[in-house]
Amino acid sequence: MTNDMTIVERLALARQSGDYQALFDVVPYSKFLGLTAKLEGNELITTMKFAPHLIGNPSLPALHGGTVGALLESAAVFELLVRAETIVLPKTITLTVDYLRSGKPLDTHARATVTRQGRRVTNVRVEAWQEDRAVPVATANAIFLVKPAE
Amino acid sequence: MGHDPRLGFNEFIPHNKALGMVVLELERGEARFRLPYDAKLVGNPDTGVLHGGAITALLDACSGASVFSSLTDWVPIATLDLRIDYLRAADVGRDVIAHATCYKKTRNVAFTRAIAYHDDPGDPIASSVGTFMLSTKTGGRK
Repeated sequence: MTNDMTIVERLALARQSGDYQALFDVVPYSKFLGLTAKLEGNELITTMKFAPHLIGNPSLPALHGGTVGALLESAAVFELLVRAETIVLPKTITLTVDYLRSGKPLDTHARATVTRQGRRVTNVRVEAWQEDRAVPVATANAIFLVKPAE
Repeated sequence: MGHDPRLGFNEFIPHNKALGMVVLELERGEARFRLPYDAKLVGNPDTGVLHGGAITALLDACSGASVFSSLTDWVPIATLDLRIDYLRAADVGRDVIAHATCYKKTRNVAFTRAIAYHDDPGDPIASSVGTFMLSTKTGGRK
């Protein structure tokens, strides 16, 4: 893969090869958060590997709420990139995060599901968990503007 | 960090420090933070535009700080929810300012609103509202 490919070109390539990690790795902020995404069965699971710079409350310690929000948003974007019928670059319109528990200094996983795919707007629900999937640390609803890439 | 402990607020919050956030103002329920533009926070490498997540983290941090700044006695707080509206893409290469206000506090809950902008609050990049639980016994929700 060359370095001068655009995101849209990389996306098209990833769709052929099924290797999405290479696509996500060119997003600097995803690397900063330590995100990886892989298909497990039919599910795309995004993981934020724990690192000390993700901490927001050192005395607990607990993850920074912003990192959990960013994980949820990224998981939703990845889901749309992988699943959408056409190649799109989703733009976030709103993101609403419910923080359910403090995030422990552990790896955090997220799974997004599209609740409605419209022509211009797509609604996505996302859940994040740590050790036990049945015990979510945060959930989010995100709304994206999805227009076909030019 | 100087003698004013408020300006050193982010020194104690590893993720705020990692993002390079600077405290501009922190008193009586008002917080203003600056997020310097940094290539590591870019979401779209084709355009160089900051990732929405970096704006999320900035607004979350600044909103929480506005709650802290409104407290007379220090108590732990925990974010209950945060809604962010993304109004436009941030300009490439420019710092982002967040201004958060804790506009209401009850015995248990604090309410915040915030905007993110470059230099004109009238041309915002994002706006948010948040709620925070006050005096969580352990500082977090179990």
